Amino acid sequence: MLGFLKEPVVVTVEINMNVMVLTLMGLISRLWGLSYPRAVVFDEVYYGQFVSLYMKRIFFVDDSGPPFGHMLLALGGYLGGFDGNFLWNRIGAEYSMNVPVWSLRLLPALAGALCVPLAYQILVELQFSHCAALGAALLILLENSLITQSRFMLLESILIFFILLAVLSYLKFYNLQKHSSFSGSWWFWLLLTGVACSCAVGVKYMGLFTYILLLAIAGLHFWHVIGDQNLSNVSLMCHFLARGLALIIIPVAMYVSFFYVHLTLLYRSGPHDQIMTSAFQASLEGGLARITQGQPLEVAYGSQITLRNVLGKPMQCWLHSHTNTYPIRYENGRGSSHQQQVTCYPFKDVNNWWIVKDPGMQQLVVSNPPRPVRHGHIVQLVHGITTRYLNTHDVAAPLSPHSQEVSCYIDYNISMPAQNLWRVEIVNRESDTDVWKTILSEVRFVHVNTSAVLKASGFTGASLPEWGYRQLEVVGEKLSKGYHQSMVWNVEEHRYGKSLEQKEREVELHSPTQMDISKNLSFMAKFTELQWKILTLKNEDTEHKYSSSALDWVTMDTNIAYWLHPTSSAQIHLLGNVVTWASANAAALLYMCLSLWYLIRRRRKIYDIPEDAWQLWVSAGGICVGGWAVNYLPFFGMEKTLFLYHYLPALTFQILLIPIVLQHISDHLCRSVLLKSMFTALIVAWFSSVYFVYCTFSPVTYGEPSLSVTELKDLRWKDTWNILIRKQ
Amino acid sequence: WDETHFGKMGSYYINRTFFFDVHPPLGKMLIGLAGYLSGYDGTFPFQKPGDRYEQHNYMGMRGFCAFLGSCLVPLAYLTVLELSKSLPAALLTAFILIFDTGCITLSQYILLDPILMFFLMGAVLSMVKCNSCADRPFSASWWFWMSLTGVNLAGAMGVKFVGLFVVLLVGLNTMYDLWDLLGNLSLSLVMFGKHLLARVLCLILLPLALYTAMFAVHFTVLNKSGPGDGFFSSAFQSQLIGNNLHNISVPEHVAYGSVVTMKNLRMAGGYLHSHWHLYPEGIGARQQQVTAYLHKDLNNLWIIKKHDSDTADPSDPSIPVEFVRHGDIIRLEHKETSRNLHSHQHEAPLTRKHFQVTAYGINGTGDSNDFWRIEVVGRKSGKLIRVLRSQVRLTHVATGCVLGSSGKILPKWGWEQLEVTCTPYLKETPNSLWNFEDHINSKLPNISLDVLKPSFAEILLESHMVMIQVGNTALKPKDNEVTSKPWHWPINYQGLRFSGVNETDYRVYLLGNPVIWWLNLVTIGLYLLLTVSTAVALKRGVQLTSELKELSRVVLRGGGQIMLGWLLHYLPFFMMGRVLYFHHYFPAMLFSSMLTGITWDTLLKFCAAFLSPSTTARKVYGAGFLALVLLIIYSFYLFHPLSYGIIGPMASDPSSPMAGLRWMDSWEF
Repeated sequence: MLGFLKEPVVVTVEINMNVMVLTLMGLISRLWGLSYPRAVVFDEVYYGQFVSLYMKRIFFVDDSGPPFGHMLLALGGYLGGFDGNFLWNRIGAEYSMNVPVWSLRLLPALAGALCVPLAYQILVELQFSHCAALGAALLILLENSLITQSRFMLLESILIFFILLAVLSYLKFYNLQKHSSFSGSWWFWLLLTGVACSCAVGVKYMGLFTYILLLAIAGLHFWHVIGDQNLSNVSLMCHFLARGLALIIIPVAMYVSFFYVHLTLLYRSGPHDQIMTSAFQASLEGGLARITQGQPLEVAYGSQITLRNVLGKPMQCWLHSHTNTYPIRYENGRGSSHQQQVTCYPFKDVNNWWIVKDPGMQQLVVSNPPRPVRHGHIVQLVHGITTRYLNTHDVAAPLSPHSQEVSCYIDYNISMPAQNLWRVEIVNRESDTDVWKTILSEVRFVHVNTSAVLKASGFTGASLPEWGYRQLEVVGEKLSKGYHQSMVWNVEEHRYGKSLEQKEREVELHSPTQMDISKNLSFMAKFTELQWKILTLKNEDTEHKYSSSALDWVTMDTNIAYWLHPTSSAQIHLLGNVVTWASANAAALLYMCLSLWYLIRRRRKIYDIPEDAWQLWVSAGGICVGGWAVNYLPFFGMEKTLFLYHYLPALTFQILLIPIVLQHISDHLCRSVLLKSMFTALIVAWFSSVYFVYCTFSPVTYGEPSLSVTELKDLRWKDTWNILIRKQ
Repeated sequence: WDETHFGKMGSYYINRTFFFDVHPPLGKMLIGLAGYLSGYDGTFPFQKPGDRYEQHNYMGMRGFCAFLGSCLVPLAYLTVLELSKSLPAALLTAFILIFDTGCITLSQYILLDPILMFFLMGAVLSMVKCNSCADRPFSASWWFWMSLTGVNLAGAMGVKFVGLFVVLLVGLNTMYDLWDLLGNLSLSLVMFGKHLLARVLCLILLPLALYTAMFAVHFTVLNKSGPGDGFFSSAFQSQLIGNNLHNISVPEHVAYGSVVTMKNLRMAGGYLHSHWHLYPEGIGARQQQVTAYLHKDLNNLWIIKKHDSDTADPSDPSIPVEFVRHGDIIRLEHKETSRNLHSHQHEAPLTRKHFQVTAYGINGTGDSNDFWRIEVVGRKSGKLIRVLRSQVRLTHVATGCVLGSSGKILPKWGWEQLEVTCTPYLKETPNSLWNFEDHINSKLPNISLDVLKPSFAEILLESHMVMIQVGNTALKPKDNEVTSKPWHWPINYQGLRFSGVNETDYRVYLLGNPVIWWLNLVTIGLYLLLTVSTAVALKRGVQLTSELKELSRVVLRGGGQIMLGWLLHYLPFFMMGRVLYFHHYFPAMLFSSMLTGITWDTLLKFCAAFLSPSTTARKVYGAGFLALVLLIIYSFYLFHPLSYGIIGPMASDPSSPMAGLRWMDSWEF
């Protein structure tokens, strides 16, 4: 007790000047002239719109990744006092005064700058010399592509930062494991690993690769722990649980929490509403919620409803009919029933209203008390404006001849009887007596006579010809194979019909719905829906002018023009440091060859290098080559549009490998002093060439100064690079 | 059902007409052979599923497939016996395969799958046998099994490319084996080299030789022109009897006014093609599409004209013939639509870095963007251009880009033909080279040409390129097709209708015996648990009796091999973009069944070992085993109508006798 009184309070501060200097240099290289070009640069046009939407609290869905990265960018905008008022429509557009360019770009730049000391620390933790660590950090510092990518409102530098942080904290944790398990710092680094992993995944799904790699490494290390027979079974269990908690449970929880913040922040309806289900839309302020607020919940006989197709592809649409009929003969000569068209219409319209009718009764109003429709009930659907009955029969549909035509029945008196009974099947019911609910229930309509299912077949891409006003086709699907969302409908707008006369009813149909009930979707339901949409939503696959294939990246056969000054020829390109890329490739190749060589020799019990050096070599390679492989190879199997910047995380790992290989060569392969000093001289020469290339390309990295045409032509070291040269 | 494909191809072999299929030829060759030996004359048209065979002698082909299908049972039995050294385990596996309705259905018809699975199991069996011969290397039986593995690998590869997975399995196993040998210091490096050489010989060179031989037979047998011609290069076609390029006689030099077809020189390149349809809105200019098309068609015909003047009617004898020369500027008019080949600085539909190519103008009058410079590779200016032999490049005069085919497949609006672009990058690739194939000019004398005969290696390479190219096109799922998802398969989610849709038809439905399949599924989980617990126990240094040690060796080594096989035959399907069907799972299912045999046997033995030495141990073991076998047989009794055919109401109808068996809503029998 009170021990601190007996001895003076001493605070010892150790400052690693290396780290400090590196951080400082990183900051200078990334932050210098950050707000220069005051114009939209490349993908800023894409991320910027999300920042704006965050500022305005408008809901959006981005299929490119989870929301954490966008949120971080938006944080920059928030700190800079951005009001979200900027039209992100064109690369190169000048920013208006209300856009805080500097603070928007600050976070990615900081993350990019911090990668430099992180690289240093990682090599130190891998137990390589400070000299090698310094080399790694400097290589990262002088890598033009990383600089370019960090200086704008883009996500890669943040992703790389979290990836490196995760690797570093895992290494720290692993090194503590040997002597001080379950100590405070042990816990700290273990937890930080999990947190950094989830952040990386939260920024871009690419982070998943590194996460899996770390899990695999952790699993391997744990396997060695299992083999340690000094540990009791209980402490083994504790080790296992601690890792499970930190590396699996916490990341998952954090990942979900990103979505929680995302959904809490964005509560207004916006441009992507229609992708989501009605229930989701109803939970957003404005938009559908304004319309559906106060609708009766339970659909009853006599209800007036609009039916939305659940699939929502290629666009949302509602079951629709109008007075026009199917043409007697189609263009290809097939006949139709010539009855009233039923289509799926992508816009709100009074012709989307249908009335649920009890086949046994004549009335079209809701009785008092309302009789709710339940799962399995047989109903007729009456088109509100034309009062014709929804009908299907064994006539081929206009575009899908294998399915039945759906029409509104007109009695031509030609021995084609009305077949207008439909059985309501609630797909997401909890019990068989469930009531049909507005918005929440997803319903199939099964035709009683033919057991065909009402289906919007527009998702195949074809719309009806002129006679059908290019609306989408609705058919009766005879082969009701399993579950497909195109066969499922939900009630979107709903009110209890009150008017007895047709004229009155028309007025009623035109009037907006009212009454009161609010619907709330639980967070988990929203989360699963949003997550599912992000994963399944596919933007049209297009080839971009600067897109490339994964094979081009290793040799940097491609570049991306980020920005061009509107008048001068100042320009910014994503272009790497050629020497670094080449040496990184060489290092990776050399590493693999050497490893194979050692491995085979060790198998024959010939040990070229001491055991601890071999362990170092393996663990360093596992992280660096493994990190490169997991971040690069999966792209070969991907079908999306790929860009050079997708390679940057892999490149970072590859760069870390260079000093590792170099140190290994000088330590173990250069046997004589002379050889060693020659090698050192070689390294110095090589390093100056790295610096030279960095300086040469810095004009297109930073966008200034503007170069002349001949200078630009000289920079075009590879024919495949697309450097923009203005025609005089 | 698919009999229409493979039966038809069998007939092609008998009739010796050339055809093209995305699978390698061995399976169909064997079917053809079986048909030939059993007296089938190859005349049945195989038009559509459900056609009656009438008097045609088809039993030979079916019998052959069924025979191979039934061989699976002894093969699997022997494999499991070898791996686990336990008769009950092997019997259990055999029972599973005998009584699985899916396996029965699949092997009853003229399909490639029974043949594939036969070779696959053969390869696995001989690999396992070879492993157990490892203690006496270079003995006769060791050589025998090793080379048999190679033969079976070639067979599996030759039937379908799915055979690649078993090659992978054997490859991994061999690598493991070699690694083991390398660590054995009592073996000198020379010995190791011998081991390595033996494996290279038996497992790489032998299969490759056989595989090549297969193609050699294929091309020798099929020497008549048939439906598959258009997929191949002009040189190849000239080899086929009956093809219009066989012993061809055409005007040798291309002249103005000639009607020609142009074939792209990239493998599986297609003919330069155009049709009345326009590029859809939003994709470049809304002008007429120009594509590359793999089939012969009237729309492939183009007329060569001078760029500045309309050559008068080519049949007019008064005008002297003027030959096209290297470096000339020409115009290509599409014969059917009378529009000119045209390009301009709009993005091409798929390859955005290239320019769009269209057909433009009315009745042959267009603009200066219709001018192309024609150049022959490796020639000086002024030389004439020869049909078939000259490799021609067309350079767009206005933009300097080169006409080429990117090999990418256009979406639905382009009828899934290949994209044609004008590439501004002047790289010398076959993509941007063309040759003239057909050539019609009434004013020129026809001269007999013998085109350069392609060597066998070229033919082999070309046919593989075509297989890949067409495989990518034809097997992409259509938009509205409901394809089966890989995760459906192990849970037996949805079967495949083999024949008969309506109530009155004789219906056969390919669906695994659900009891067996679900047992297999559960077993995979059990196996993983078992492996993890044994591995951890061993790692923790738990002392085991020698009997248990042997058991855990079976679990880890034997089960591991089978599990690897299952993974290799199942997981890749998740990454495939092609249309997938339920029957693709059957190779994996074989592995899964073997795993079931091994796992349950060891599991019961473990249980028995914990209860020992009391007499209950044996009883538990026996009872458990018996229960499993009875369960399998009873479930077969329930589901056997699926494979032997059902007549009567659909099972979704509650009155049907099968209604009670419709355990999942997705089954449609």
